[in-house]
Amino acid sequence: MGLTTNSTGISAVDFGLVIKKNSDEDKVIALAGNPNVGKSTVFNELTGLNQHTGNWAGKTVTNAQGLCNYNDTNYIMVDIPGTYSLMAHSAEEEVARDFICFGNPDAIIIVCDATCLERNLNLVLQTIEITDNVIVCVNLMDEAEKKGIKIDLVALSEKLGVPVVGTSARSGIGLDEMMRATVKLLETIDGKKPYSIKYIQPIEDAIAVLEPVIKEKIGACRIHSRWIALKLIDYDIALIGSLSNYLGFDLSKDTGLQKSLKEARGIISQNNITDENLKDKIVSCIVLTAEDVCLNIVKFENKGYNNRDRKIDKILTDKWTGFPIMIALLGFIFWLTITGANYPSELISNGLFWIEDKLVELCIWGDVPKFIYEMLIFGVYRVVAWVVSVMLPPMAIFFPLFTLLEDLGYLPRVAFNLDKTFKKCSACGKQALTMCMGFGCNAAGIVGCRIIDSPRERLIAIITNNFVPCNGRFPTLIAIITMFFVGANSPIQSIVSTVLLTGIILLGVFVTFGVSALLSRTILKGELSAFTLELPPYRKPRIGKIIIRSIFDRTLFVLGRAIAVAAPAGLVIWVLANIYIGDFTLLMQCSNFLDPFARSIGMDGVILLAFILGFPANEIVIPIIIMTYMASGSITKLDTLFELRELLVGNGWTFITAISTMLFSLMHWPCSTTCLTISKETQSFKWTAISFLVPTVMGIIVCFVFASVARLFV
Amino acid sequence: MNKSVCPLTYLKIGETAKVNKLSLTGSMRRRVQDIGLIEGTEIECVLKSPGGNPVAYQIRGAIVALRNEDSLNIMVTV
Repeated sequence: MGLTTNSTGISAVDFGLVIKKNSDEDKVIALAGNPNVGKSTVFNELTGLNQHTGNWAGKTVTNAQGLCNYNDTNYIMVDIPGTYSLMAHSAEEEVARDFICFGNPDAIIIVCDATCLERNLNLVLQTIEITDNVIVCVNLMDEAEKKGIKIDLVALSEKLGVPVVGTSARSGIGLDEMMRATVKLLETIDGKKPYSIKYIQPIEDAIAVLEPVIKEKIGACRIHSRWIALKLIDYDIALIGSLSNYLGFDLSKDTGLQKSLKEARGIISQNNITDENLKDKIVSCIVLTAEDVCLNIVKFENKGYNNRDRKIDKILTDKWTGFPIMIALLGFIFWLTITGANYPSELISNGLFWIEDKLVELCIWGDVPKFIYEMLIFGVYRVVAWVVSVMLPPMAIFFPLFTLLEDLGYLPRVAFNLDKTFKKCSACGKQALTMCMGFGCNAAGIVGCRIIDSPRERLIAIITNNFVPCNGRFPTLIAIITMFFVGANSPIQSIVSTVLLTGIILLGVFVTFGVSALLSRTILKGELSAFTLELPPYRKPRIGKIIIRSIFDRTLFVLGRAIAVAAPAGLVIWVLANIYIGDFTLLMQCSNFLDPFARSIGMDGVILLAFILGFPANEIVIPIIIMTYMASGSITKLDTLFELRELLVGNGWTFITAISTMLFSLMHWPCSTTCLTISKETQSFKWTAISFLVPTVMGIIVCFVFASVARLFV
Repeated sequence: MNKSVCPLTYLKIGETAKVNKLSLTGSMRRRVQDIGLIEGTEIECVLKSPGGNPVAYQIRGAIVALRNEDSLNIMVTV
């Protein structure tokens, strides 16, 4: 999935799925496949920047739609959730199957992993059971070649009866061929019939009884009557309901059908196959068929092809080195973010404040009324400038680094190492992955919680996701650390900053464990869910491409947000700071009102107000604090963080204030986008409210305790 | 020579076995079947996590981690 413009911020929110066709000539192509096969890469390569998060009525599982223009025809690519099968054991599988059955795609491209073809064929075989118009895309052919895995694509195509194309989507190889095959498939009327899975005799006999009856009832239909027969025999009630809706008549009420169905089920039970057994036998047949198909088609020339990965894994998951490496890696990424951001930050800041001066001069020269230019420049422009110079560089650096790590395949190993701890908190190891996504953007982290099947565990992950500071909060933490805890330009400045930041993040992680444990012993009690975690092979990420794309992505995103959120916020603050009620401005009234409470938890009214006003976007909290302090004093220059420190100290900041602010930044309510995402994902006001309150209450308690204890010593 | 049947958890790293019986029920049973683990499938123990749980196995070309509580219900012959 990854952290991209399209998966974070407001784009992360899933509003449901409605295919947007530009004209009736447009073809809808579904992209299906196992998780981790490079489906997103294929999708991105084909659709480029023509994507937007799609809409699927009712269900809330990620779907993206993108437009691909090939040979003058528009193809709408619909990216379906990655699944291992279409038996609908989970919400994701149900969405995938429902789209393939009822979404009426013109064609389905199933993306497979060439290094693991047998397992992937499970999905392929199940899909061709449902409908024709399937194309198999064997991706990661470059990886397969490196590992000495040879696949006879032509023979595979012969055997399956569908077009098979080999691709290396990362390098763009084979995609053209794939689109050509798609075009050809769509144009062919009576093509080859795809392979049919042969089940054990009793099941085949049962199908033979039922299928003709169904065929007669439904006539010509995209969905194979043989498959419908199988599902009826298998008591798939939810599917029967949806099928009835789709076909236009109630399958369960049709007498002729029910009679044949009874006969068919009779055959099954006569052969001593129970309902449970039946499911087993069906799955076994599919698995064994996949094995059989691959037998002569896939050749492994290098038996030890996994060895390098195994060696790396041994080190990364060892009892003694596993955790230290995890923490060190985290620290290293923070260090790179902090040091890398310094120079650009300074450059941008200097540039933007130079522009500010010139703008003021221009306005004075142009006789623009003082209150207008002050509002626009000191209000709007300044906040935007702060966001861009202080917040943008760390965000633009962290995201690509993180994406690299994700593409490498390291993150599942983190979940692997931490599962035991999460289990102790009655949560799921995959929560580690969602926390990692939360580092980039909490909204994306919430959407990422879909990888957790159990609703109970998913809720725990959602409620605690905010304890991981997102990209918008990082710079706030880094700024405060730099101002109050690090000596001026000392050589070890960035190392100390890194250590402190890592410490705070670890605190957030421990709080996550604690709150998860608390939740699972109180309002979210329940059983542990079915857990399987795939550890994908390590893949060398396309470093250059990722870095450029990500930096570009992030910069656009932050700039967009700065204009959409920070600018209006700046305006609002300026207005509040200049409208007087009695002796005080509205701003002062608000901060004075909040002051007593805020002081009890170690901060002051202005800071708390800034957090509240920072609800739309966390990155504007510091700019709001600055503006508020400056509005009630003389307007001074603020070119460096050290001048900012002077401003803060001058307004009463102490070490206690600094630490309390950092703690509250770590633990407070989710931003508006995240709240919106939570409400869409949980479809429940209650859980959204709880997700809002839990971090807030934790923050208040922790800050209160810290401030009280610290004051005893100072 | 008698082939012994034991739970999957008994496998040491590097050891391979064949699935004899899946005593799992419900969604976990379906899940492991979906990734290709059925009776007769070969499975190799590949990696143990720092706490000893979960453990990663190679199943039909892919590495999948399973919790010991579940692996106890997968009987294999070594």
